[in-house]
Amino acid sequence: MKSDLLRFDDWTSPVPPVSREVLTALPATDEGLPPVLFVPGLGHGAWAFAEHWLAHTASRGFPAHAMSLRDKGDLRSYAHDVVQVAASLPRQVVLVGHGAGALVVARALGRYPARAAVLVAPVLDGWTSLGAALRTNPFGTLPALFGGRLRLSRRQLFSADLPAAEAREYLLRLGQAGARAHVELVRHAPPPRPVGSPPTLVVGSPDDRVVPRSSLDRTARRYGAAPLLFPGMGHDLMLDAKWVEPIDAIMDWLSKEITA
Amino acid sequence: MAAFLPGPSVCKDRRVHDTPDIADRHDAVCVIGAGASGLAAIKNLREHSFAVDCYERETSVGGAWNWRHDRSPMYAGTHLISSRPLTEFPDFPMPDTWPDYPHHSQLLSYLERYAAHFGLGEHIWFGTEVVAVTPVGDGRWDVTTRSTGGGASRVQRYAAVVVANGHNWSPKTPPYDGLVTFRGQMIHASAYKDPAQLRGRKVLVIGGGNTGCDIAVEAAQQATTVWHSTRRGYWYAPKYVFGRPVDQVNDLMLKWRLPLRLRQWLVQKTVRLTVGDVTRYGLPVPDHRPFESHPVVNSQLVYYLGHGRITPVPDIARFDGASVELADGRVIEPDLVISATGYLPRFEFLAPELLDTDDNGRPDLHLHAFARRHPTLAVIGLLQGDAGLFPLAHWQSVAVARWLRLRLTDPIKAAAVQQRESSRPLRSWSRRQMVPSTRHWFEVSHTSYLRVLDDLLKHLEPA
Repeated sequence: MKSDLLRFDDWTSPVPPVSREVLTALPATDEGLPPVLFVPGLGHGAWAFAEHWLAHTASRGFPAHAMSLRDKGDLRSYAHDVVQVAASLPRQVVLVGHGAGALVVARALGRYPARAAVLVAPVLDGWTSLGAALRTNPFGTLPALFGGRLRLSRRQLFSADLPAAEAREYLLRLGQAGARAHVELVRHAPPPRPVGSPPTLVVGSPDDRVVPRSSLDRTARRYGAAPLLFPGMGHDLMLDAKWVEPIDAIMDWLSKEITA
Repeated sequence: MAAFLPGPSVCKDRRVHDTPDIADRHDAVCVIGAGASGLAAIKNLREHSFAVDCYERETSVGGAWNWRHDRSPMYAGTHLISSRPLTEFPDFPMPDTWPDYPHHSQLLSYLERYAAHFGLGEHIWFGTEVVAVTPVGDGRWDVTTRSTGGGASRVQRYAAVVVANGHNWSPKTPPYDGLVTFRGQMIHASAYKDPAQLRGRKVLVIGGGNTGCDIAVEAAQQATTVWHSTRRGYWYAPKYVFGRPVDQVNDLMLKWRLPLRLRQWLVQKTVRLTVGDVTRYGLPVPDHRPFESHPVVNSQLVYYLGHGRITPVPDIARFDGASVELADGRVIEPDLVISATGYLPRFEFLAPELLDTDDNGRPDLHLHAFARRHPTLAVIGLLQGDAGLFPLAHWQSVAVARWLRLRLTDPIKAAAVQQRESSRPLRSWSRRQMVPSTRHWFEVSHTSYLRVLDDLLKHLEPA
């Protein structure tokens, strides 16, 4: 097994720096609560959280930040970027990762003792998610297996409750991750054990067409709890019509954990 | 080899102290010093759910890296000797936009941010000096503290003591013959702060370590005449080879697990090809192989030797009035002598036998960290490595925290770990084949040392 102490990759070929996009919403008054850092999945960016969740988190008293992943990165550089942004914030950070961003957060948790962690619709079982994607959206998924584009469909990301015009606008804003990241999403080492044992919450929807229910349960079990479920929502819980319910539940959980 | 931890005999002497002026802090751990090692200790003990009281005699964090502190050895031009990725804490990286070799002021801001980020300040008592640490008998400790501003002392009882008081603050100056007669100015490198001290003077720099070489280079830029005295020849590694920081290239060899002899041969070849033959400038041939002395990394020394700005000279024979006689009989007349002859560790608040300290002042600790006969006493950061100290101090303090936790939760397993550690061979974690010098007392290879710590950490996992 690779040692966590001997980090030859970082010592001999450090991840090159990039400029990182970070969007911020601060609460009206600083109540000393830990900052929350949102990490998007593949194709998404900081904008996906800036739509609703960022301001809502700030309104609950938590300094809220959302970052974008670097272009043409791999899992290692994504996790590096998350730890870099986390360490740049003034207090110990709560990491919230969505989709593949939850996998990135899971990797970052092995490198940075977060105050707490939330994995939203986490794509931690690559093969299961690949199967689900091939069933729901075979023609958008297949090219990505061979180094081509990944085209996510409305059915995968949103529920029918989200107005078609909004859904279309979001789909247009989706970007492309590199081929390397697509491969690593499916084939990667199991996530490391989080350092500093942060309390961890798994959130998802049983109607998510990217992360099946069985996968949510497995991920939640790995982090020692049952998943918090929001039926009727699509994969993009932060953009879907009922976006307020999961973020309120996350904030309730967080407030309880912080005061505990 | 001595056992790492005590037999039961040490624990028999359970005395009952019910003096009201001793405040019992129960399971809390006392950390001494809030420099890099102390901060790592507080953070990792807190992460293992220990209450922590840290005592710091200065009024702010940073230890050696805080140039505002009286005992800080920083000079204006101090930069890292090891590169950033090999120096940062493993769980709190420095900004990746920082240079390969940051300035000491950046290091201080890094430590301040580390302390603020993890909320360590509320556990630190600043301006408070530890004057005595005495075992009570049942593994617990009475710690006597006093405000540096004076006033009454206070005794508190702790479950464990973690010493992180640093080892680069008490200057070591060899007892040179005739030093009292010397009419020029003689200072230790710890008192060297600013290149203005060198301007227009005739300077003799003593010592071939990283500090000695740095100061010789600064003197070459400022002073009228510079002599650099070294006892032996060294392997002067440049800060960059093949376009990469030299320690990152060295770690490539360690990653591939190349045998020592091959690494030594590769270094000799690389130095020959890049730096060239330093005896051309009058430097002695190294009397040891590469990796047998603490690495000296300096790209500019050879440059200034080649420009005739630095004159290499041998060891000092004696001082005599205005002049200094060298080992080869030459006589020079410097008006400023800077002795970059290192530092010695000091633990005045601990009786020598607690750390098994010998007559020379050298403590004998398991992994340079655990007191052999006191399971609740540890020292963090008492290491000289071939890479940055912070990662080593971090993992040391994780090991100490896990060890203290395991003692409480699973004493049987803890006893088994103790037994196992007592048979760990010294050569697995300590660099043995080094030039004999106080400077190599705590020399380790960071990879060998971390491999051993990794193994220890696995055994300290709760069942």
